[in-house]
Amino acid sequence: MSKTVNIPIGPVHPALKEPVRFTIEVEGEKVVGADYEVGYVHRGIEWAGMRQNPIKTIHLSERICGICAFCHPLCFVQAIEEIGDVEVPERAEYIRVITAELERIHSHMLWAGVAAHEIGFDSILNLTWNIREKVMDIVEYITGNRVTYGMLQIGGVRRNITEKQYPKIREATQYYRELLDKIEDVFLRDPTIRMRSRDVGILTKKRALELCAVGPTARASGVPKDVRQDFPYIAYPDLDVKAIMPEEPIGDVYDRIFVRIREIGQSADIIEQCLDQMEPGPILAEQNVAKLLADLQNFEGEAVGRAEAPRGEVFHYVRMNKNEAPLSWKARAPTYNNVQTWPDMIVGEELADVPIIVASIDPCVSCTDRVTLIKDGKEEIVTGEQLHKLSVLKTKRVMRR
Amino acid sequence: MIKNAFKRALWVYHINTGGCNGCDIEIIAALTPRYDAERFGIKLVGSPRHADVLLVTGPVTAKMEDKLKRVYEQTPDPKVVIAVGNCGASTGVFHNSYSIRGPIDKIIPVDVYVPGCPPRPEAIIHGIAKAWEKLEGKK
Repeated sequence: MSKTVNIPIGPVHPALKEPVRFTIEVEGEKVVGADYEVGYVHRGIEWAGMRQNPIKTIHLSERICGICAFCHPLCFVQAIEEIGDVEVPERAEYIRVITAELERIHSHMLWAGVAAHEIGFDSILNLTWNIREKVMDIVEYITGNRVTYGMLQIGGVRRNITEKQYPKIREATQYYRELLDKIEDVFLRDPTIRMRSRDVGILTKKRALELCAVGPTARASGVPKDVRQDFPYIAYPDLDVKAIMPEEPIGDVYDRIFVRIREIGQSADIIEQCLDQMEPGPILAEQNVAKLLADLQNFEGEAVGRAEAPRGEVFHYVRMNKNEAPLSWKARAPTYNNVQTWPDMIVGEELADVPIIVASIDPCVSCTDRVTLIKDGKEEIVTGEQLHKLSVLKTKRVMRR
Repeated sequence: MIKNAFKRALWVYHINTGGCNGCDIEIIAALTPRYDAERFGIKLVGSPRHADVLLVTGPVTAKMEDKLKRVYEQTPDPKVVIAVGNCGASTGVFHNSYSIRGPIDKIIPVDVYVPGCPPRPEAIIHGIAKAWEKLEGKK
């Protein structure tokens, strides 16, 4: 039988968390075509950001995405600082690095749980999310909030990390370093997860370069790309950061798991380095917000802010024109590059592998929806639940072997 | 709450109408071991047709408006709708944007509001407990 069936998945779908829609063309169990449609989370953030002053926009950019809630405003703030030649105190730069790395740990732990859920291991989802609570506690301890931090200000950060807080942060990094071996046992040395992820959803190095994949997705395919290493920003030049890649990258789901798990350890190291190297000093260039607002009205020029978010490179372009609001603001999230790799990875795989492949780039749809695309396909409804069930069934099948 | 827990389990369906993900990860955090809402019988289900409670997050974007309506219509009665987060209750920081059709209560009736950006997992569980009381009253 050579008839193909189109299966729409989403936009409202329990495994996706966020609205996005796929149309997957199958022939029996085999996927022969795939397409995606984004735009369900398009909120017109850039438009709104061009109509208010940059200090308000820091809070708005934090809400581009709740998971990378530090990297987006970090890019924006860096761009504004470059336009106005604002000198950021050194201690503030270190605090920025610490918060960014804590965010990376929490995001990767979150992803590991979601990935396990997609394969059908809900116990591992609960295990990893329980481990993740430790970093959430630390984030709350130093920023005052669990998810959106409100740490950044143009010219520095709004909260200091006092010496009294160091031991608790060190304790958390130690906790993750000790647990890393156990996490690797669960994800990298477990035969079932290996069988479900090895040689599944391959993205070759050539295609990764052609499609401009970023972050762990690119690194797993053997592209040594990491903004922290290639174009060090804030305090990263003083720190020891190397892009983490598998020894023999294949570019499959397993490699993407490998990169993320290893990056948890790397982030813990970076945080400890920061605590060792941080000197006491001011944390904000301009304390008076009214004066800062007045200064901002004299800023003229354009600049780019870049940062390595947990998912890859975030890129913000800002142009100021001696006005209260920026003349132009463009945000480009990592998932925007990475979604284009989906059709490459999905085609040729089994339908049951689709959830884990989709999850393997760690999609963050709310970051991505800057532009709305509209496409229509014929439909035959298969619910997301059925798809998840297929995935769970495949895990059971693999385990029996 | 404990007394109710043994009477009836609540099945929850979660729909994101264009939020930033912050509320959504806190909802999952509420279900995982630290907060463990499942011990009260609160369970996330995969289809609105199985649900008693709709947890709605996000300011409702133009593209999600009719999907939200459809999910609401698919949920069997009696049902309770909880708007989680500031942008669900008032569209929050996105209030002046062109593609926002919310807040949620402009599109479907909302019973419980959980404020916060994002609300803590405890607050979300508290919101579901409030919904419980309402659901018991509705029957």
